[in-house]
Amino acid sequence: MHGSLVPMASTSSSASDAVKLHAQGICKFYDATAALNPIELKIFTGELLTLLGPSGSGKTTLLQLISGLVKPSSGRLIIDGRDQTDLEPYKRDIGVVFQNYSLFPHLTVQENIAFPLQMRGQSDRASATQVAGALDMVGLEKFGKRFPHELSGGQQQRVALARCLVYKPSLILMDESLSALDRKLREAMQVEIKRIHRETGSTIVFVTHDQEEALALSDRICLMNDGAIEQLGTPLELYDKPKSIFAATFIGTSNVISGEMVNATQIRSDISDGLIDIGGTPKNATPGRACSVAIRPEYVRIGDSGTGLLDGTIIEQIYAGSETRMMVELPHGSVFTVRVPGGAQRGRLGERVSLVWDSQHIRILES
Amino acid sequence: MKGKPSFRFGPIWLALPGVAFLLIFFLWPTLHILVSAIWGGDSGFSLKALLAVFTSPSYSRVMTTTFTVAIQVTALCVLISYPLAYWLSRHSARRQRLMMMLILLPFWTSALVKNFAWLVLFGRNSSFAQLIMSMGGAGDRLLFNKTVVLFGIVHTLVPLCVIAMMPTLNQVNKSLLSAATTLGASPTQAFWQIFLPLSMRGVATAGLMIFITSLGFFITPSLLGSPRETMVGQLIIEQINELQNLQQGSAFGVILLAGAIIAVVLFDRVFGLSGMAGGSGQSQPDSPVRRFGLWLAGRIGDIFDPVARSYRNTFRGLPGSRLLGLYSVLVIAILLVPVIAIIPMAFTSGSFLAFPPPGFSLRWFDTYFASPIWMAATARSFGIGVACAALTIVVAGTVAFAVVRSGSRLAGAIFIFFMSPMIVPHLVISIGLFYLFAQMSLIATDVGLVLGHSVIATPVVFIIVLSTLRGHDWRLDDAALTLGASPHKAFFRITLPLISGGIVGGLITAFLISFEELTIALFIGGGLITTLPKQLWSDIFLQITPTLAAASVVVLGVVTVLFLLMEVISYWRKPA
Repeated sequence: MHGSLVPMASTSSSASDAVKLHAQGICKFYDATAALNPIELKIFTGELLTLLGPSGSGKTTLLQLISGLVKPSSGRLIIDGRDQTDLEPYKRDIGVVFQNYSLFPHLTVQENIAFPLQMRGQSDRASATQVAGALDMVGLEKFGKRFPHELSGGQQQRVALARCLVYKPSLILMDESLSALDRKLREAMQVEIKRIHRETGSTIVFVTHDQEEALALSDRICLMNDGAIEQLGTPLELYDKPKSIFAATFIGTSNVISGEMVNATQIRSDISDGLIDIGGTPKNATPGRACSVAIRPEYVRIGDSGTGLLDGTIIEQIYAGSETRMMVELPHGSVFTVRVPGGAQRGRLGERVSLVWDSQHIRILES
Repeated sequence: MKGKPSFRFGPIWLALPGVAFLLIFFLWPTLHILVSAIWGGDSGFSLKALLAVFTSPSYSRVMTTTFTVAIQVTALCVLISYPLAYWLSRHSARRQRLMMMLILLPFWTSALVKNFAWLVLFGRNSSFAQLIMSMGGAGDRLLFNKTVVLFGIVHTLVPLCVIAMMPTLNQVNKSLLSAATTLGASPTQAFWQIFLPLSMRGVATAGLMIFITSLGFFITPSLLGSPRETMVGQLIIEQINELQNLQQGSAFGVILLAGAIIAVVLFDRVFGLSGMAGGSGQSQPDSPVRRFGLWLAGRIGDIFDPVARSYRNTFRGLPGSRLLGLYSVLVIAILLVPVIAIIPMAFTSGSFLAFPPPGFSLRWFDTYFASPIWMAATARSFGIGVACAALTIVVAGTVAFAVVRSGSRLAGAIFIFFMSPMIVPHLVISIGLFYLFAQMSLIATDVGLVLGHSVIATPVVFIIVLSTLRGHDWRLDDAALTLGASPHKAFFRITLPLISGGIVGGLITAFLISFEELTIALFIGGGLITTLPKQLWSDIFLQITPTLAAASVVVLGVVTVLFLLMEVISYWRKPA
């Protein structure tokens, strides 16, 4: 629980340094329960930022606060340099693509896409060309006269996207927009969204619980947990330099070793009888202090028993095409995951093996 | 961290006018009855009237008859309806919808018309009655005994019973039965151990509604019964409308209300009222009722299992499911008999009502349309129906909106309050309103009738609109807001078109309830102004002519057209 202590992180920016949106201590409480603790967050113009986190982490609440559909308990929301905290949702220059698409079932695809233009007082004739253009953009030129329920899930998703893009909002919010699609379609839509993002230059805030999707799409990822920001940075930073156990295990797989400091660069852990070299010095290296480190499975190698840093027994092998994941049980019951490229066999079930890694790949976790 | 304590005009305030309406025209008059029963006009406080219910031999006999009949009717309705409802629930949604029309038609046909048809069909010189007598040897006459009264009430209420059970039966996941058979249960055991316990709640809800409705039933015993089958509803009408003994009438009303409340309390103890809102209701894992119920269902399953097996081995040509189908078709056919039989009766060429009629003519329709009394009653019924529909949709609609859209804790209480007119017998509401309207000079006025009918229609329309609003995807309204629609544009462009099916359904339902309502009309009409059902009712006792059949057919026609319209609308509103 970091509360409001999370520092305002803006380690990198992608498109430009102009701030599109600034959440200042914004938070949401339902009775006494915090859906979102006070947070500080800057979103830059033209970037695609992902709010990533498990359910209940506050990512959807933050999205709803930005859209104006939910009013914050306190804090301010600055969009385009103006305080829009109390502005009604329909007066904001925002487009939302909802998780369930929220297409109006009694309107055709065309009418759905024309709806936001009508609400902005455009004539039917002027909007007709824009609607056609939006349909064209998502590849649904022939489906204008259909009703939403006559379309497949992927097509409905495209209509929702077109309805959001047609009035060119400068800030687009996407709430788990791809989670209802199957894997192939989801990947195709990710490519589509990246293309549209490039072409329109709009700022996109994308909510997802799928870490692969976040890694694939984002300029920056805002990792959320328990109603607070856990870590903010580029996909590479989050994967390569996780700050916490949560970050290390939520994004990709990590082998976490917890123990206590013995000296500035070594810890004692109950997974091994010897000391473990952590390849660096944590901020607070007082001997006796608790310390956790993580190492990714792809940096762990398997060798003959007795030759490496840790000894264990192979208890499971999972073949996954491009790689094989091996589970190695260590003496005190904890399990290490090792990633071996391709289908190369490195041992049999039950075989005693040794694990090796370079200590430069070890990441020291702050919590 | 909470927001500043400031006054907000939240959606819950929308409920205010509707709540006020029911407070004035339902709760206050109903409570007033309780007081009137023990507070005579001249004598002050007195328990005489209440005690008379139990001490007077003639009264106490009527009370015994009433409660015996109500319990028997409830048991018979549930036993007859359950297999039919079970059979319906096993059909695809599409076919079930079509077959439900055959249940809805007798449901919407007024009790008065159906019982009037039976009166003629069972009459001494009807060949239908002679056919039955020759088959069953049921004595020399079918009418005016307890059996025919029971038959009449059960026949009237079975459609209601089926409709009340259907949602629960449809909710039971059919794959649970397949799961049970893969786990080693025979189909018979699977039914008794899985399906029946899961559908028990719907059965109990239906039973509760039937019991409360039949307590106040007076049409069937008046038309088909002899004085020995007099029920308390008839006594109330006599005390109030003929003897002007308000205290005694109220005393009977209090007993009716007490009976209904006891039934509700029993229901609550076993099933929990809170689940009536559509939730599953919490069941205590160790409650003795639950354990006994499961044990009983299991043992009955064990008993029926060999029976079913030997049946399957003996009657290979007629499998049990076919037998159930046969039974269901037969029940539906019997439900439709009076609805269909009334039509030829109206087109008779003879001077008396007879079935089958001696010849075809339109003379009785001519009589009906030429009669200023009938025409005035018909016009009044239409006008009151329309006004009642308009008033009820506003009252029930705003409150339903408030309940669905506000997170206020009051919403639950308002929900219960708006359902409560359902558990008060209509007769009790009628006497209560009779007192109230007497003070407000609303007796024998159209306004009085509209208000009275609206009270009765409110809970039903409330449920219809409420379930429509609960089924509505409110995220669409959020989507409209983010797309730039102001709240009121979003309401008219998105919300209203999508819930219009429920609104029209509510309007038609309110109109139909008003159009066929007799109890309120009997009291509030004050014998001076008369609606179509009231005119039918009085004429049945004055002189039975084929004009009555013609009037019944008009009622039936209006009802059928409107109920089919409602079905068509709800069909169109449901894209795949």
